[in-house]
Amino acid sequence: MADNAAASVASPALDVAVAAEDRIAVATQWQLIWWRFRKHKLAVGGTVVLIAFYVVALFADFFAYVDPTESEAQRSLMAPQDIHWFDEGAFRPYVHPLKGTRDPKTFKRVYVPDTTAKVPVKFFGHGDPYLFLGFIPADRHLIAVEGAKASETLFLLGTDTHGRDLWSRLMYATRTSMTIGLVSVALSLVLGVILGGVSGYFGGTVDTVIQRVIEILRSIPTIPLWMGLAAALPSDWSVVQMYFAITIIISLIGWTELARVVRGRFISLKQEDFVMAAELVGCSKARIIFRHMVPSFVSHIIAATTLAIPAIIISETSLSFLGLGLRPPAISWGVLLQDAQNIQALVISPWLLYPAVAVIIAVLAFNFMGDGIRDAADPYL
Amino acid sequence: MRPIPTFDKPLLSVRNLRTSFFQDEGTTKAVDGASFDVEPRKTLAIVGESGCGKSVTAQSILRIVDRPGRIVDGEIILTRADGSQTDLVKLDANGAEMRSIRGGEIGLVFQEPMTSFSPVHTIGAQLVEAIRLHNDVSKQEARRLGIEALRSVGIPKPERRIDEYSFELSGGLRQRAMIAVALSCDPRLLIADEPTTALDVTTQAQILDLLRTLQRERGMAIMLITHNLGVVAEMADDVVVMYLGRVVEQGSVDAIFHDPKHPYTKALLQSIPSIESVPKQKLPTISGSIPHPFNRPRGCPFHPRCVSAMPGRCDTADPTLCEIGDGRKASCFLYS
Amino acid sequence: MVAYIVRRLVLAVMTVWAISVLSFLIIHLPPGDYVTSYIASMSASGSAVSADEAQALREQLGLDKPIHVQYAKWMGLILQGNFGMAMEWGRPVADVIGDRLMLTMVISVAAIVFTWGLALPIGIYSAVKPYSIADYAFTLIGFIGLAIPGFLLALVVMYIGFAYFGANVGGLFSPDFAEAPWSPAKLWDLTKHLPIPAIVLGVAGTAQLIRIMRSNLLDELRKPYVMTARARGLSEYRTIMRYPVRVALNPFISTIGYLLPYVVSGSIIVSLVLSLPTVGPLLLKALIAQDMFLAGTIILLLGVMTVIGTFLSDLLLMWVDPRIRLGRDGR
Repeated sequence: MADNAAASVASPALDVAVAAEDRIAVATQWQLIWWRFRKHKLAVGGTVVLIAFYVVALFADFFAYVDPTESEAQRSLMAPQDIHWFDEGAFRPYVHPLKGTRDPKTFKRVYVPDTTAKVPVKFFGHGDPYLFLGFIPADRHLIAVEGAKASETLFLLGTDTHGRDLWSRLMYATRTSMTIGLVSVALSLVLGVILGGVSGYFGGTVDTVIQRVIEILRSIPTIPLWMGLAAALPSDWSVVQMYFAITIIISLIGWTELARVVRGRFISLKQEDFVMAAELVGCSKARIIFRHMVPSFVSHIIAATTLAIPAIIISETSLSFLGLGLRPPAISWGVLLQDAQNIQALVISPWLLYPAVAVIIAVLAFNFMGDGIRDAADPYL
Repeated sequence: MRPIPTFDKPLLSVRNLRTSFFQDEGTTKAVDGASFDVEPRKTLAIVGESGCGKSVTAQSILRIVDRPGRIVDGEIILTRADGSQTDLVKLDANGAEMRSIRGGEIGLVFQEPMTSFSPVHTIGAQLVEAIRLHNDVSKQEARRLGIEALRSVGIPKPERRIDEYSFELSGGLRQRAMIAVALSCDPRLLIADEPTTALDVTTQAQILDLLRTLQRERGMAIMLITHNLGVVAEMADDVVVMYLGRVVEQGSVDAIFHDPKHPYTKALLQSIPSIESVPKQKLPTISGSIPHPFNRPRGCPFHPRCVSAMPGRCDTADPTLCEIGDGRKASCFLYS
Repeated sequence: MVAYIVRRLVLAVMTVWAISVLSFLIIHLPPGDYVTSYIASMSASGSAVSADEAQALREQLGLDKPIHVQYAKWMGLILQGNFGMAMEWGRPVADVIGDRLMLTMVISVAAIVFTWGLALPIGIYSAVKPYSIADYAFTLIGFIGLAIPGFLLALVVMYIGFAYFGANVGGLFSPDFAEAPWSPAKLWDLTKHLPIPAIVLGVAGTAQLIRIMRSNLLDELRKPYVMTARARGLSEYRTIMRYPVRVALNPFISTIGYLLPYVVSGSIIVSLVLSLPTVGPLLLKALIAQDMFLAGTIILLLGVMTVIGTFLSDLLLMWVDPRIRLGRDGR
């Protein structure tokens, strides 16, 4: 009995006959963080959503059903199609194919749904061939039609002004927009950790100089600057070159937030007793930094990085929306939203706004997940 | 200074107070059945280790217990200026009556002179506010009273200091200012929660002197909360020893120091380094440490660390506070 | 206190200098220079420019000198108020920019006022009653506000206005006032049109500020001086409003420093969607047309206005926080 009662208040090592308490006693730091994170329902929800997004990004060819660049002017601005799920009582999803007719007033060729015919919809069916991951030939798609060409039949989210299927374009756009965020944040992370770390650990003049630079960068309105830099890029650059150039431009200013977090952590950790203990034992500076200090705040860095991504996604979307970021034939959410610039067109074709929904959900998900990580990593925040 | 009326009854009577904190992880019984009396014009010291519930007791009396804490049981009976008695537990914590008692009849001096004042208001602003809360005076009059109050606690040049900010004063001066604010409305009871813990030894002595002087001049009672037995010996008339939210012993200061009854009190007194102790001998300590609040031992809360624990009795039943003669009380099976 | 002002002033000047360098770089980044575009526009209208003429023009404009000399010349001209020519328009840049810069600042300030007006009470309430239903509700709305980029919100607002009300909710003036000279009536017209741009611009910032206020206030509420204030007998409302809120206000005010650039930035795109006569649409046109003098000047001026605003907010902070005024706290 005496052993049971004599437990220290300070550490979480309670040896009581309660199983949960015992588990806490031997849990590692990462396990503790994971358990706290799990309790945060919104954060877990956000993570699930993000995983779904990245699955789409990876398997965009599978989720799409036509070539996103295939356009046909006469199919432009068609409304989203309904999938009819039940065919005379049985679960047999189908869509009405399109048939071309002449509009009696303008004599232009238009496409309207042919309600007499039914084209069965198959999930995980065969469709247009593609190269999965760039080299594995495949032809299964999430949604496919039997006995007809998908490019003439399926328009689940309608078409844009050029007659391109929005659903497929959205899938590919997800791939671009979600990955540009990652590349950009990786760059910001490297810059932020190095500069923030140097600033925080060494202090003195180096710190002051870097601090001033950060303050200056933070007080400049970013969008005009990005616009200027992006517009200055030669317009004959390839899509890939543009992609990376935009990435670099965005991360050149985005690193300041991460640097601030890293610097703050280094400064508060420098004064911890365990750092002094390591110095007194004779550890080299590098060892102290990487073995002793960095593990204490890795989780904070992860949180800050996760929270930095939404801003990057919004920046890229904004720039592309303006026509200064990624440009066609590149496909991203911002590029898709360019079509929505015209209010009159938007009112007639509100489905052009669907990419906005993707942006909002992605940003929300990142914010929730990042908040969850941050709260789980530091219970005193 | 108006004479403080006294009656036959104790100024403040705490009966079976229970205050608990309700959190997701569990319920902490910070105060678990504390009972004691504060006599008028006398000083009662409440002693105990950190976490024994002393501060929460003071907060409960003033009804300023922070969420998620709540008084769950007990009575706190205050004898008012006209002899009537009010149970503070039954009052609305934010109601007008409790607020007039708080600061008006009962004053509080806190442990942290550094952070007890708002960093963005002058001392004077906070002092004048306290005065005008409990007295119907004009701003100029309140300011005059405030300067007098600062002078009475020994702050030099009070007419200048009153317009300064707390960070412009030294620790000792800040604590004096704190006392001035607490006393500005002539309370009948001053609760001092570790008033000298954050100060250096010289300033400590000065502040204690000041408290004693003020007590004599005004005839007020002091409830002194501390873990420093030296301060207790100097200031207290009566002593209450607390452990894990309960009163384990109560008596006059002489009785407690020269003839402690409860094993915990005995162990505490033994662990004070003394000038008379034999050199090179190990300083006696109390074995074990304070149990985690979610993990209270069954039976007597002290028994796991008690040298006189009686297995079979102390680990199954809860001792209650009972009289053991001479106005002394102890909560131990050795005496009941 | 003086040390503080001097420090912030020096920082402001350095920031302006950095912006000017960046703007200059942007002006000169695209291949070719003013003369190249001049030749291009001349040949587009039919006349040709010989190589000798081009060279003479270059010498005249100092375009053959090294880049830092050109920068010095440009800065010299700017400081005299000469911002160069906007090539597309054929008019001095200053003329083309006209009212737009001031209007940009007007809607930015309006957005900040809106943001504060909303974030302050909501932030205080959320901190005083954390984990209540209202707190969760505000947090959720705040998150959604954070997630929707300004221009998307503007699009949605325009769409709703058009589709359901048949009204064009964009613009800062009614058609009769758009080109009219300034008058009290025009001012009133402007005020009537301000709410929508202000709200659209301010929503994202509101969410951030609510979180900042909430977390700062939660920290302050735990501090001892709150308890001593209560112990003096102050009512709960006064205890909170007079003390911890007052202290938590300081970091809140210092956020203007970052809010202003953010809002000015956002106003660029939002004003495009809402067709506001501010600097935004002008900048975009200039960039697409590679009219670099116009674009670079706009960027420079935007930056300068923002820095001035930030500096003013530093002064405000100093006035409000005695710790800074009296030189304590290491600020």
